[in-house]
Amino acid sequence: MIYEGKQKIWSDYQKEIPDDHWYYVRSCIRQNFFPASERMFTEITQKVLGKDVYETPYHTTCGGIAYHCDTIPQETVMTIVARQFALMTEAGYENYCPSCITSFGNYAETLETWREFPELEAKIRENLWKACKREFNKPKYLAHSSDLIYHWREEIRKRAKHLLINQETGEPLRIVEHIGCHYSKMFPHKGVGGAEYPYVLAGMVESWGGQVIDYPERRHCCGYGFRQYHAKANRGYSLSNTHKKFESMEPYKPDAIITNCPGCPYFLDRWQYVIAEQTGKTYGENGYGIPVFTYEEIAGLVLGYDPWDLGLQLHQVAVEPLLKKMGVEYDPKAKYLGLNKEDLMRPEMPNSIKCC
Amino acid sequence: MTNYFDELMKDYRFREGFHTCINCGTCTAICPAAEFYCYDPRKIVTTVETRDDEKIEALLKSDTIWYCGECMSCVTRCPRKNGPGLVIMALRDLSIRTGFFTESEKGRQILPLTHALTGNILNYGYCVYPETFKWDDHKESGPVFKWHLEHIEQTMKRLGANYKGKGPGVLRKIPQESLDEIKAIFDVTGGTERIKQVEAASKKKAKEMGLTDEEYERRAFEYCSDKHFNK
Ligand code: SF4
Ligand code: SF4
Repeated sequence: MIYEGKQKIWSDYQKEIPDDHWYYVRSCIRQNFFPASERMFTEITQKVLGKDVYETPYHTTCGGIAYHCDTIPQETVMTIVARQFALMTEAGYENYCPSCITSFGNYAETLETWREFPELEAKIRENLWKACKREFNKPKYLAHSSDLIYHWREEIRKRAKHLLINQETGEPLRIVEHIGCHYSKMFPHKGVGGAEYPYVLAGMVESWGGQVIDYPERRHCCGYGFRQYHAKANRGYSLSNTHKKFESMEPYKPDAIITNCPGCPYFLDRWQYVIAEQTGKTYGENGYGIPVFTYEEIAGLVLGYDPWDLGLQLHQVAVEPLLKKMGVEYDPKAKYLGLNKEDLMRPEMPNSIKCC
Repeated sequence: MTNYFDELMKDYRFREGFHTCINCGTCTAICPAAEFYCYDPRKIVTTVETRDDEKIEALLKSDTIWYCGECMSCVTRCPRKNGPGLVIMALRDLSIRTGFFTESEKGRQILPLTHALTGNILNYGYCVYPETFKWDDHKESGPVFKWHLEHIEQTMKRLGANYKGKGPGVLRKIPQESLDEIKAIFDVTGGTERIKQVEAASKKKAKEMGLTDEEYERRAFEYCSDKHFNK
């Protein structure tokens, strides 16, 4: 009975995702903290899957973080969004794909608000014309870049070199999926699976051989909280909420965490380091943390890319425990080398959490 | 401006997020901010519901409205389709427009936040940018990020980014004509005016507190008294 109820909710939130011709816009946070993930997105979609995913150098931030730090008015952020739509229109696309979850939420909020208050859309069109002499069509489809990897997950599985299976035991790896709040908490119908049973990452994990872990704080925010991180005085908020999640997932012994939001992998990774340095507590096996990944990083590992080409050296929590379980070969000596094996020294090692 | 409720009703977020509250407390139960701060989103909605200007003014001057993380978890769970997070966004906007934000420790953080975020947007076209991400203010980013920032040209190249480069790609240099358009958008939509408002009110408050502008901004960014927390 309960299962049927779940199936019903799930079928209510199936989302149509066109198979090709996407206009791609980047994420401020991901470009700073996970630069290789976005590069992998275009590599996988364009080169491996042969899809048309187009990017223009003229696009900018959507302003979403500034908006949710309450530093710019709603009209400002909506007009920046309108300019992004104008660039899409001029490039001849109608399927819009942001790489950021804050952006995705921002675009969804803008489109929904305009639908409800058409006079506001008219005002924003006027603003955009005054400021930039541009006009725009609204996107026909809006999908987050994790929606696209979800959509193509079986294509990726067909090309898999590694699976989310423990090579020693043959058991599926135990994966925690963490969805960014602004993916579907505001507009459940905009996300694959809605807000309570989002399936976007779970679908990838299952297709690639892993097992998704359910745990009490699964839907709890990572603790970013915008101003709660960007103002130094508030960071205890961010840390405490991440701590709550780790305490909740610990008994389920996850092998890894997969995320689809720009901030979440950063916070889930870095606050583990801070918790270990402050209290000595680590959540993984043998003094390691639980490695945290973006969905492109996991897709890249499944497809057989070198972990250091995927940017996994920029994580503070060592990724090697998962690489070993998956049977991914890697050269430990190459981890911190630059291009053409340039010696860039290496980062200092933390005191409490084990690193490689 | 005395009729604060009418002012709030002009805000689209408020109109989306404010309906009759049945005081069930669901929003508070799942709220990450309520977990940490002395904060109860239910009370915010019920206070605003009184339409009592004095009470709303007290909220606008309080730390309370700045505790929310705008995660919007409450929007999903409210049985009455309220969005306390959206109500908060409208209250914050009004607190800034009235200058009341300088009356609270958490409200005063708007100055450093405005400088950091709008500075990055107008100067680089990004909300966050490596050159303004100072490791000393971000030690939580770990030794690995210190190393990354120290070798940023090389590490970005190694990972296939187009850092400060022409054309598309990760952290490309956003062309000046695009930055000019963003500036024009700020001018036309009240973004520039907002920055000036925040600066002027903060300057006044700094003087009142006997601090230089720099001291005031630094203090707002990093000082945290212990009155905010759940014990
Ligand atoms: S949006 Fe604010 S009030 Fe709502 S759950 Fe998140 S932190 Fe709490
Ligand atoms: S969940 Fe909704 S109805 Fe319940 S207390 Fe919060 S705002 Fe009121």
